[in-house]
Amino acid sequence: MRYSGLRVIKEALTGHKGWKPHWRDPEPKKHYDIVIIGGGGHGLATAYYLAKKYGEKNIAVIEKGWIGGGNVGRNTTIIRSNYLLEGNGPFYELSLKLWEGLEQDFNYNAMVSQRGILNLVHSDAQRDAARRRGNAMILNGSDAELLDQDGVRALYPFLNFDNQRFPIKGGLLHRRGGTVRHDAVAWGYARGADSRGVDIIQNCEVTGFKIEDGKCLGIETSRGFIGATKVGCAVAGSSGRLMAKANMRLPIESHVLQAFVSEGLKPVMPGVITYGAGHFYCSQSDKGGLVFGGDLDGYNSYAQRGSLPVVEDVIESGISLIPALGRVRMLRGWGGVMDMSMDGSPFIDKTHIEGLYFNGGWCYGGFKATPASGLCFAHLLSTDTPHEVAKAYRLDRFMSGHMIDEKGQGAQPNLH
Amino acid sequence: MIINHPLLGPRDAQEFTYLGDVSLLDRPDWQSETAAQDFHDYMYLRDNPAGVHRELWFHEIGDRSWLVVTRNTVTHEITNVELARDVARQRGAEK
Repeated sequence: MRYSGLRVIKEALTGHKGWKPHWRDPEPKKHYDIVIIGGGGHGLATAYYLAKKYGEKNIAVIEKGWIGGGNVGRNTTIIRSNYLLEGNGPFYELSLKLWEGLEQDFNYNAMVSQRGILNLVHSDAQRDAARRRGNAMILNGSDAELLDQDGVRALYPFLNFDNQRFPIKGGLLHRRGGTVRHDAVAWGYARGADSRGVDIIQNCEVTGFKIEDGKCLGIETSRGFIGATKVGCAVAGSSGRLMAKANMRLPIESHVLQAFVSEGLKPVMPGVITYGAGHFYCSQSDKGGLVFGGDLDGYNSYAQRGSLPVVEDVIESGISLIPALGRVRMLRGWGGVMDMSMDGSPFIDKTHIEGLYFNGGWCYGGFKATPASGLCFAHLLSTDTPHEVAKAYRLDRFMSGHMIDEKGQGAQPNLH
Repeated sequence: MIINHPLLGPRDAQEFTYLGDVSLLDRPDWQSETAAQDFHDYMYLRDNPAGVHRELWFHEIGDRSWLVVTRNTVTHEITNVELARDVARQRGAEK
Protein backbone atom coordinates (compact mmCIF):
# COMPACT_ATOMS: atom_id res chain seq x y z
CA MET A 1 0.00 0.00 0.00
CA ARG A 2 1.34 3.40 -0.97
CA TYR A 3 0.51 6.41 1.16
CA SER A 4 -0.65 9.64 -0.40
CA GLY A 5 -2.91 12.61 0.30
CA LEU A 6 -5.60 11.01 -1.85
CA ARG A 7 -5.42 7.82 0.18
CA VAL A 8 -5.92 9.78 3.45
CA ILE A 9 -9.05 11.42 2.02
CA LYS A 10 -10.40 8.10 0.75
CA GLU A 11 -9.84 6.41 4.12
CA ALA A 12 -11.40 9.35 5.95
CA LEU A 13 -14.56 8.93 3.87
CA THR A 14 -14.72 5.15 4.37
CA GLY A 15 -14.19 4.95 8.12
CA HIS A 16 -10.43 4.23 8.05
CA LYS A 17 -11.09 0.53 7.45
CA GLY A 18 -8.47 0.13 4.73
CA TRP A 19 -5.30 0.67 6.80
CA LYS A 20 -3.25 -2.49 7.23
CA PRO A 21 -0.40 -3.38 9.65
CA HIS A 22 2.84 -1.83 8.39
CA TRP A 23 4.87 -5.00 8.61
CA ARG A 24 4.41 -8.76 9.04
CA ASP A 25 5.24 -10.78 12.15
CA PRO A 26 7.05 -13.80 10.66
CA GLU A 27 8.52 -16.85 12.36
CA PRO A 28 12.32 -16.99 12.06
CA LYS A 29 13.62 -19.21 9.23
CA LYS A 30 16.44 -21.74 9.76
CA HIS A 31 18.94 -19.75 7.73
CA TYR A 32 19.38 -16.29 6.24
CA ASP A 33 22.05 -14.82 3.99
CA ILE A 34 22.27 -11.76 6.21
CA VAL A 35 21.04 -11.33 9.77
CA ILE A 36 21.00 -7.87 11.33
CA ILE A 37 20.96 -7.82 15.13
CA GLY A 38 19.10 -4.78 16.40
CA GLY A 39 15.75 -3.47 15.19
CA GLY A 40 16.50 0.17 15.79
CA GLY A 41 16.95 2.95 13.28
CA HIS A 42 20.36 1.76 12.10
CA GLY A 43 19.45 -1.94 11.87
CA LEU A 44 16.22 -1.30 10.00
CA ALA A 45 17.88 1.21 7.68
CA THR A 46 20.60 -1.35 6.96
CA ALA A 47 18.01 -3.99 6.04
CA TYR A 48 16.12 -1.46 3.92
CA TYR A 49 19.15 -0.47 1.84
CA LEU A 50 20.36 -4.09 1.61
CA ALA A 51 17.05 -5.04 0.01
CA LYS A 52 16.47 -1.90 -2.00
CA LYS A 53 19.88 -0.75 -3.16
CA TYR A 54 22.01 -3.89 -2.99
CA GLY A 55 19.35 -6.39 -4.15
CA GLU A 56 19.89 -8.81 -1.27
CA LYS A 57 17.00 -11.25 -0.87
CA ASN A 58 17.25 -13.38 2.24
CA ILE A 59 17.53 -10.95 5.19
CA ALA A 60 16.28 -10.86 8.76
CA VAL A 61 16.32 -8.18 11.45
CA ILE A 62 16.42 -9.64 14.97
CA GLU A 63 15.13 -7.46 17.80
CA LYS A 64 15.17 -8.22 21.54
CA GLY A 65 12.05 -6.18 22.33
CA TRP A 66 9.95 -4.21 19.86
CA ILE A 67 11.41 -2.30 16.93
CA GLY A 68 12.26 1.34 17.47
CA GLY A 69 12.15 0.93 21.26
CA GLY A 70 15.78 1.86 21.92
CA ASN A 71 17.67 5.00 21.11
CA VAL A 72 15.76 5.81 17.91
CA GLY A 73 12.80 6.37 20.21
CA ARG A 74 14.76 8.13 22.95
CA ASN A 75 16.73 10.91 21.24
CA THR A 76 16.16 14.62 20.66
CA THR A 77 15.48 14.11 16.91
CA ILE A 78 18.11 16.51 15.55
CA ILE A 79 19.73 16.08 12.14
CA ARG A 80 22.77 18.06 11.04
CA SER A 81 25.92 17.96 8.96
CA ASN A 82 28.24 20.31 10.83
CA TYR A 83 31.31 18.19 11.45
CA LEU A 84 34.86 19.43 11.27
CA LEU A 85 37.09 16.45 10.50
CA GLU A 86 37.66 14.74 7.20
CA GLY A 87 36.65 11.28 8.42
CA ASN A 88 33.25 12.61 9.56
CA GLY A 89 32.28 15.48 7.24
CA PRO A 90 31.43 13.58 4.02
CA PHE A 91 29.65 10.84 5.97
CA TYR A 92 27.28 13.20 7.77
CA GLU A 93 26.77 15.23 4.61
CA LEU A 94 25.64 12.05 2.82
CA SER A 95 23.35 11.37 5.74
CA LEU A 96 21.77 14.82 5.54
CA LYS A 97 21.28 14.44 1.78
CA LEU A 98 19.54 11.11 2.40
CA TRP A 99 17.31 12.77 5.02
CA GLU A 100 16.34 15.37 2.45
CA GLY A 101 14.98 12.72 0.08
CA LEU A 102 13.97 10.13 2.65
CA GLU A 103 10.21 10.59 2.80
CA GLN A 104 9.80 10.27 -0.97
CA ASP A 105 12.23 7.37 -0.97
CA PHE A 106 10.43 5.20 1.57
CA ASN A 107 6.94 6.71 1.10
CA TYR A 108 6.42 7.54 4.76
CA ASN A 109 5.88 10.82 6.54
CA ALA A 110 8.92 11.26 8.78
CA MET A 111 8.23 15.00 9.20
CA VAL A 112 11.74 16.01 8.17
CA SER A 113 11.89 19.70 9.03
CA GLN A 114 15.00 21.66 8.02
CA ARG A 115 14.49 24.49 10.45
CA GLY A 116 18.15 25.34 10.96
CA ILE A 117 20.65 24.81 13.77
CA LEU A 118 22.41 27.71 15.44
CA ASN A 119 25.58 27.11 17.48
CA LEU A 120 26.06 30.19 19.66
CA VAL A 121 29.46 31.79 20.26
CA HIS A 122 30.38 33.84 23.30
CA SER A 123 33.98 34.94 22.72
CA ASP A 124 36.44 35.83 19.98
CA ALA A 125 38.13 32.45 20.26
CA GLN A 126 34.82 30.69 19.86
CA ARG A 127 34.01 32.81 16.81
CA ASP A 128 37.34 31.80 15.25
CA ALA A 129 36.56 28.14 15.93
CA ALA A 130 33.09 28.58 14.43
CA ARG A 131 34.53 30.22 11.34
CA ARG A 132 36.97 27.35 10.91
CA ARG A 133 34.24 24.77 11.38
CA GLY A 134 31.98 26.64 8.95
CA ASN A 135 34.70 26.61 6.31
CA ALA A 136 35.25 22.87 6.83
CA MET A 137 31.52 22.29 6.46
CA ILE A 138 31.36 24.26 3.21
CA LEU A 139 34.37 22.33 1.86
CA ASN A 140 32.50 19.10 2.59
CA GLY A 141 29.49 20.31 0.59
CA SER A 142 27.41 21.37 3.57
CA ASP A 143 26.20 24.89 4.34
CA ALA A 144 27.27 27.33 7.04
CA GLU A 145 26.70 30.96 7.78
CA LEU A 146 28.40 33.02 10.47
CA LEU A 147 25.93 35.39 12.17
CA ASP A 148 26.84 38.45 14.22
CA GLN A 149 24.90 39.43 17.32
CA ASP A 150 22.22 41.27 15.35
CA GLY A 151 21.76 38.24 13.12
CA VAL A 152 21.13 36.05 16.17
CA ARG A 153 18.84 38.70 17.71
CA ALA A 154 16.67 38.68 14.61
CA LEU A 155 16.09 34.93 14.94
CA TYR A 156 15.98 34.52 18.73
CA PRO A 157 15.24 37.88 20.40
CA PHE A 158 14.54 36.26 23.78
CA LEU A 159 18.05 34.91 24.48
CA ASN A 160 20.18 36.34 27.28
CA PHE A 161 22.49 38.42 25.06
CA ASP A 162 23.93 40.53 27.87
CA ASN A 163 24.91 37.77 30.26
CA GLN A 164 27.85 39.22 32.24
CA ARG A 165 30.03 36.14 31.97
CA PHE A 166 28.92 34.66 28.62
CA PRO A 167 27.41 37.37 26.41
CA ILE A 168 26.16 36.10 23.04
CA LYS A 169 28.43 37.45 20.31
CA GLY A 170 27.00 35.59 17.33
CA GLY A 171 26.55 32.08 16.04
CA LEU A 172 27.19 29.57 13.30
CA LEU A 173 23.97 28.87 11.44
CA HIS A 174 23.52 25.58 9.61
CA ARG A 175 20.27 26.13 7.69
CA ARG A 176 19.82 22.60 6.36
CA GLY A 177 19.94 21.07 9.84
CA GLY A 178 16.69 20.45 11.67
CA THR A 179 14.50 17.85 13.29
CA VAL A 180 12.67 14.68 12.27
CA ARG A 181 9.81 12.67 13.75
CA HIS A 182 12.07 9.96 15.19
CA ASP A 183 9.65 7.04 15.62
CA ALA A 184 8.45 7.44 12.05
CA VAL A 185 12.03 6.87 10.87
CA ALA A 186 12.07 3.41 12.43
CA TRP A 187 8.56 2.64 11.18
CA GLY A 188 9.22 3.93 7.68
CA TYR A 189 12.40 1.87 7.30
CA ALA A 190 10.69 -1.18 8.83
CA ARG A 191 7.77 -0.93 6.43
CA GLY A 192 10.07 -0.35 3.46
CA ALA A 193 12.25 -3.35 4.41
CA ASP A 194 9.31 -5.62 5.16
CA SER A 195 7.62 -4.87 1.82
CA ARG A 196 10.84 -5.98 0.11
CA GLY A 197 10.78 -9.33 1.89
CA VAL A 198 12.93 -8.66 4.97
CA ASP A 199 11.78 -10.69 8.00
CA ILE A 200 11.51 -8.42 11.05
CA ILE A 201 11.59 -10.73 14.07
CA GLN A 202 10.66 -9.04 17.34
CA ASN A 203 10.82 -10.39 20.91
CA CYS A 204 13.83 -12.47 19.96
CA GLU A 205 16.90 -11.92 22.11
CA VAL A 206 20.35 -12.94 20.91
CA THR A 207 21.97 -15.11 23.57
CA GLY A 208 25.17 -16.02 21.76
CA PHE A 209 27.07 -16.43 18.51
CA LYS A 210 28.00 -19.74 16.90
CA ILE A 211 31.64 -19.27 16.01
CA GLU A 212 33.78 -22.10 14.65
CA ASP A 213 37.36 -21.80 13.36
CA GLY A 214 37.15 -18.02 13.39
CA LYS A 215 33.98 -18.00 11.34
CA CYS A 216 30.52 -16.89 12.47
CA LEU A 217 27.89 -19.43 11.42
CA GLY A 218 24.82 -17.93 13.04
CA ILE A 219 23.26 -16.77 16.26
CA GLU A 220 21.67 -18.44 19.26
CA THR A 221 18.46 -16.69 20.22
CA SER A 222 15.62 -17.01 22.70
CA ARG A 223 13.64 -18.46 19.75
CA GLY A 224 16.25 -21.00 18.71
CA PHE A 225 19.31 -21.10 16.49
CA ILE A 226 19.30 -18.96 13.33
CA GLY A 227 21.95 -19.72 10.77
CA ALA A 228 23.49 -16.86 8.80
CA THR A 229 26.18 -16.38 6.20
CA LYS A 230 26.78 -12.87 7.50
CA VAL A 231 25.79 -11.31 10.81
CA GLY A 232 25.68 -7.54 11.25
CA CYS A 233 25.42 -6.07 14.76
CA ALA A 234 23.75 -2.67 15.11
CA VAL A 235 22.82 -2.38 18.77
CA ALA A 236 24.51 0.88 19.82
CA GLY A 237 24.09 1.34 23.56
CA SER A 238 24.40 -2.38 24.16
CA SER A 239 27.36 -3.07 21.88
CA GLY A 240 29.67 -3.95 24.77
CA ARG A 241 27.16 -6.41 26.14
CA LEU A 242 26.43 -8.07 22.78
CA MET A 243 29.99 -8.29 21.47
CA ALA A 244 31.18 -9.78 24.78
CA LYS A 245 29.21 -12.87 23.67
CA ALA A 246 31.70 -13.13 20.78
CA ASN A 247 34.56 -12.61 23.27
CA MET A 248 35.29 -9.16 21.86
CA ARG A 249 36.38 -6.17 23.91
CA LEU A 250 35.53 -2.87 22.25
CA PRO A 251 36.89 0.68 22.47
CA ILE A 252 33.50 1.62 23.91
CA GLU A 253 31.90 2.41 27.28
CA SER A 254 28.13 2.58 27.78
CA HIS A 255 26.89 5.82 29.33
CA VAL A 256 23.49 7.31 30.07
CA LEU A 257 22.37 10.59 28.49
CA GLN A 258 19.24 12.43 29.54
CA ALA A 259 16.75 14.51 27.61
CA PHE A 260 13.72 16.52 28.66
CA VAL A 261 10.46 17.89 27.31
CA SER A 262 8.51 20.85 28.67
CA GLU A 263 4.77 21.40 28.60
CA GLY A 264 3.36 22.38 25.21
CA LEU A 265 3.80 26.06 24.27
CA LYS A 266 2.82 28.23 21.34
CA PRO A 267 5.56 28.38 18.68
CA VAL A 268 8.50 30.23 20.25
CA MET A 269 11.59 28.39 19.03
CA PRO A 270 11.88 28.46 15.24
CA GLY A 271 14.94 26.19 15.00
CA VAL A 272 17.50 24.38 17.12
CA ILE A 273 19.93 26.33 19.31
CA THR A 274 23.00 25.12 21.14
CA TYR A 275 24.61 27.02 24.00
CA GLY A 276 28.32 27.63 23.57
CA ALA A 277 29.12 28.21 27.22
CA GLY A 278 27.42 25.23 28.84
CA HIS A 279 26.18 21.92 27.54
CA PHE A 280 22.60 22.72 26.57
CA TYR A 281 20.62 22.55 23.35
CA CYS A 282 16.96 23.11 22.65
CA SER A 283 14.32 22.87 19.96
CA GLN A 284 10.53 22.88 19.91
CA SER A 285 8.60 19.82 18.81
CA ASP A 286 5.60 20.07 16.52
CA LYS A 287 3.41 19.32 19.54
CA GLY A 288 4.80 22.45 21.18
CA GLY A 289 7.02 21.02 23.89
CA LEU A 290 10.54 22.37 24.22
CA VAL A 291 12.91 19.43 23.76
CA PHE A 292 16.28 19.90 25.42
CA GLY A 293 19.27 18.05 26.74
CA GLY A 294 22.81 18.38 28.00
CA ASP A 295 25.70 16.35 29.29
CA LEU A 296 26.15 12.67 30.01
CA ASP A 297 25.71 11.60 33.61
CA GLY A 298 29.38 10.69 33.36
CA TYR A 299 29.78 7.10 34.59
CA ASN A 300 29.22 3.69 32.98
CA SER A 301 25.54 2.86 33.02
CA TYR A 302 23.03 0.59 31.34
CA ALA A 303 20.12 2.11 33.27
CA GLN A 304 17.76 3.98 30.95
CA ARG A 305 17.32 6.72 33.53
CA GLY A 306 19.51 9.55 34.74
CA SER A 307 20.38 11.20 38.03
CA LEU A 308 19.16 14.47 39.50
CA PRO A 309 22.44 16.46 39.57
CA VAL A 310 22.49 16.41 35.75
CA VAL A 311 18.85 17.52 35.60
CA GLU A 312 19.83 20.53 37.71
CA ASP A 313 22.92 21.22 35.60
CA VAL A 314 21.01 21.12 32.29
CA ILE A 315 18.25 23.37 33.58
CA GLU A 316 20.73 25.86 35.08
CA SER A 317 22.45 26.10 31.69
CA GLY A 318 19.10 26.45 29.98
CA ILE A 319 17.91 29.27 32.21
CA SER A 320 21.17 31.16 31.90
CA LEU A 321 20.70 31.09 28.11
CA ILE A 322 16.90 31.52 28.00
CA PRO A 323 15.73 33.24 31.20
CA ALA A 324 12.09 32.76 30.15
CA LEU A 325 12.59 29.01 30.56
CA GLY A 326 12.26 29.63 34.31
CA ARG A 327 8.49 30.02 33.87
CA VAL A 328 8.09 26.82 31.85
CA ARG A 329 7.18 23.55 33.55
CA MET A 330 9.14 20.46 32.70
CA LEU A 331 6.86 17.64 31.68
CA ARG A 332 9.13 14.64 31.46
CA GLY A 333 12.71 13.49 31.23
CA TRP A 334 14.26 10.22 30.20
CA GLY A 335 17.63 8.55 29.73
CA GLY A 336 19.09 6.56 26.88
CA VAL A 337 22.18 4.36 26.88
CA MET A 338 24.97 5.49 24.54
CA ASP A 339 27.93 3.65 23.08
CA MET A 340 30.63 6.18 23.98
CA SER A 341 33.72 5.45 21.92
CA MET A 342 37.30 6.38 22.76
CA ASP A 343 37.48 9.22 20.22
CA GLY A 344 33.81 10.19 20.02
CA SER A 345 33.40 8.72 16.54
CA PRO A 346 31.57 5.57 15.39
CA PHE A 347 32.55 2.22 13.84
CA ILE A 348 31.26 0.52 10.69
CA ASP A 349 33.66 -2.34 10.11
CA LYS A 350 34.31 -6.05 9.81
CA THR A 351 35.48 -7.78 12.97
CA HIS A 352 38.37 -10.24 13.18
CA ILE A 353 35.73 -13.01 13.04
CA GLU A 354 34.78 -13.91 9.48
CA GLY A 355 31.14 -13.20 8.72
CA LEU A 356 30.66 -10.95 11.77
CA TYR A 357 30.27 -7.22 11.12
CA PHE A 358 29.99 -4.37 13.58
CA ASN A 359 28.17 -1.04 13.56
CA GLY A 360 28.24 0.98 16.79
CA GLY A 361 29.99 3.57 18.92
CA TRP A 362 27.61 6.33 17.85
CA CYS A 363 28.04 8.31 21.08
CA TYR A 364 25.17 10.80 21.15
CA GLY A 365 25.16 11.37 17.41
CA GLY A 366 23.49 8.21 16.23
CA PHE A 367 20.10 9.53 15.21
CA LYS A 368 21.24 12.00 12.54
CA ALA A 369 23.50 9.29 11.13
CA THR A 370 20.69 6.74 10.66
CA PRO A 371 20.31 6.84 6.84
CA ALA A 372 24.03 6.97 6.03
CA SER A 373 24.84 4.40 8.71
CA GLY A 374 22.28 2.04 7.19
CA LEU A 375 23.52 2.66 3.67
CA CYS A 376 27.21 2.26 4.53
CA PHE A 377 26.63 -0.82 6.69
CA ALA A 378 24.54 -2.36 3.89
CA HIS A 379 27.38 -1.57 1.47
CA LEU A 380 29.89 -3.29 3.75
CA LEU A 381 27.67 -6.33 4.34
CA SER A 382 26.82 -6.78 0.68
CA THR A 383 30.14 -5.99 -1.00
CA ASP A 384 32.64 -6.72 1.81
CA THR A 385 34.28 -3.36 1.12
CA PRO A 386 33.78 -0.17 3.12
CA HIS A 387 31.62 2.57 1.62
CA GLU A 388 33.62 5.53 0.32
CA VAL A 389 32.45 7.90 3.07
CA ALA A 390 32.74 5.39 5.94
CA LYS A 391 36.31 4.25 5.33
CA ALA A 392 37.61 5.97 8.44
CA TYR A 393 35.24 4.18 10.84
CA ARG A 394 37.58 1.25 11.44
CA LEU A 395 37.80 -0.78 14.62
CA ASP A 396 41.61 -0.83 14.49
CA ARG A 397 42.07 2.93 14.18
CA PHE A 398 43.45 3.29 17.72
CA MET A 399 46.18 0.77 16.93
CA SER A 400 47.09 2.49 13.68
CA GLY A 401 46.79 6.01 15.12
CA HIS A 402 43.97 7.23 12.88
CA MET A 403 41.59 8.48 15.56
CA ILE A 404 38.76 10.87 14.60
CA ASP A 405 38.58 13.00 17.72
CA GLU A 406 36.28 15.97 16.95
CA LYS A 407 36.65 17.40 20.45
CA GLY A 408 40.29 16.50 21.01
CA GLN A 409 39.55 14.90 24.38
CA GLY A 410 41.53 11.69 24.05
CA ALA A 411 40.52 8.27 25.32
CA GLN A 412 38.08 9.59 27.92
CA PRO A 413 34.61 8.54 26.68
CA ASN A 414 32.60 10.53 29.25
CA LEU A 415 34.09 13.79 27.91
CA HIS A 416 33.17 13.33 24.24
CA MET B 1 24.40 8.45 44.29
CA ILE B 2 26.22 8.32 47.64
CA ILE B 3 29.76 6.96 47.73
CA ASN B 4 30.80 5.60 51.12
CA HIS B 5 34.36 6.92 51.31
CA PRO B 6 36.59 4.60 53.40
CA LEU B 7 38.10 7.55 55.29
CA LEU B 8 35.41 10.24 55.18
CA GLY B 9 32.17 8.28 55.29
CA PRO B 10 29.18 8.78 52.96
CA ARG B 11 29.78 11.55 50.39
CA ASP B 12 27.65 12.79 47.49
CA ALA B 13 28.86 11.44 44.13
CA GLN B 14 28.88 15.02 42.81
CA GLU B 15 32.09 15.61 44.78
CA PHE B 16 33.83 13.02 42.61
CA THR B 17 34.93 12.74 39.02
CA TYR B 18 34.90 9.47 37.13
CA LEU B 19 37.79 7.92 35.26
CA GLY B 20 36.69 4.42 34.23
CA ASP B 21 37.39 0.72 34.53
CA VAL B 22 39.74 -0.37 37.33
CA SER B 23 41.91 -2.14 34.74
CA LEU B 24 43.48 1.31 34.22
CA LEU B 25 45.49 0.55 37.38
CA ASP B 26 47.31 -2.25 35.58
CA ARG B 27 49.79 -0.38 33.44
CA PRO B 28 51.52 -2.77 31.03
CA ASP B 29 55.26 -3.45 31.00
CA TRP B 30 56.85 -1.03 28.51
CA GLN B 31 59.78 -3.37 27.94
CA SER B 32 57.63 -6.29 26.89
CA GLU B 33 57.88 -7.62 23.31
CA THR B 34 54.17 -6.92 22.88
CA ALA B 35 54.21 -3.48 24.51
CA ALA B 36 52.54 -1.64 21.59
CA GLN B 37 49.59 -4.04 21.55
CA ASP B 38 49.45 -4.16 25.36
CA PHE B 39 49.29 -0.37 25.69
CA HIS B 40 46.62 -0.21 22.97
CA ASP B 41 44.49 -2.72 24.84
CA TYR B 42 45.15 -0.98 28.17
CA MET B 43 44.28 2.47 26.84
CA TYR B 44 41.40 1.80 24.47
CA LEU B 45 39.61 -1.50 25.13
CA ARG B 46 37.05 -1.95 27.89
CA ASP B 47 34.98 -4.82 29.32
CA ASN B 48 31.88 -2.59 29.65
CA PRO B 49 29.66 -5.08 31.55
CA ALA B 50 25.96 -4.67 32.31
CA GLY B 51 26.12 -5.53 35.99
CA VAL B 52 28.91 -5.39 38.56
CA HIS B 53 31.67 -3.00 37.49
CA ARG B 54 34.82 -1.98 39.38
CA GLU B 55 35.80 1.57 38.53
CA LEU B 56 38.05 4.46 39.49
CA TRP B 57 36.61 7.61 41.05
CA PHE B 58 38.60 10.68 42.14
CA HIS B 59 37.46 12.72 45.16
CA GLU B 60 38.12 15.97 43.36
CA ILE B 61 36.50 18.46 45.70
CA GLY B 62 37.22 16.38 48.79
CA ASP B 63 40.45 14.80 49.98
CA ARG B 64 41.68 14.17 46.40
CA SER B 65 42.05 10.45 46.94
CA TRP B 66 41.48 7.84 44.22
CA LEU B 67 38.89 5.20 45.03
CA VAL B 68 37.94 1.84 43.55
CA VAL B 69 34.14 1.69 43.63
CA THR B 70 32.27 -1.56 42.96
CA ARG B 71 28.97 -0.53 41.42
CA ASN B 72 26.20 -2.18 39.44
CA THR B 73 25.82 -0.45 36.06
CA VAL B 74 22.18 -1.53 35.76
CA THR B 75 20.88 -0.55 39.23
CA HIS B 76 23.64 1.95 40.24
CA GLU B 77 23.91 0.14 43.59
CA ILE B 78 27.35 0.54 45.19
CA THR B 79 28.50 -2.55 47.08
CA ASN B 80 32.11 -1.77 47.95
CA VAL B 81 34.46 1.23 48.14
CA GLU B 82 38.21 0.90 48.63
CA LEU B 83 41.17 3.25 48.45
CA ALA B 84 42.81 2.76 45.05
CA ARG B 85 46.16 2.91 46.83
CA ASP B 86 45.30 -0.24 48.82
CA VAL B 87 44.02 -2.04 45.73
CA ALA B 88 47.13 -1.14 43.73
CA ARG B 89 49.45 -2.26 46.53
CA GLN B 90 47.63 -5.53 46.84
CA ARG B 91 47.82 -6.09 43.07
CA GLY B 92 51.54 -5.28 43.17
CA ALA B 93 52.08 -7.79 45.96
CA GLU B 94 50.30 -10.49 43.97
CA LYS B 95 52.57 -10.05 40.97
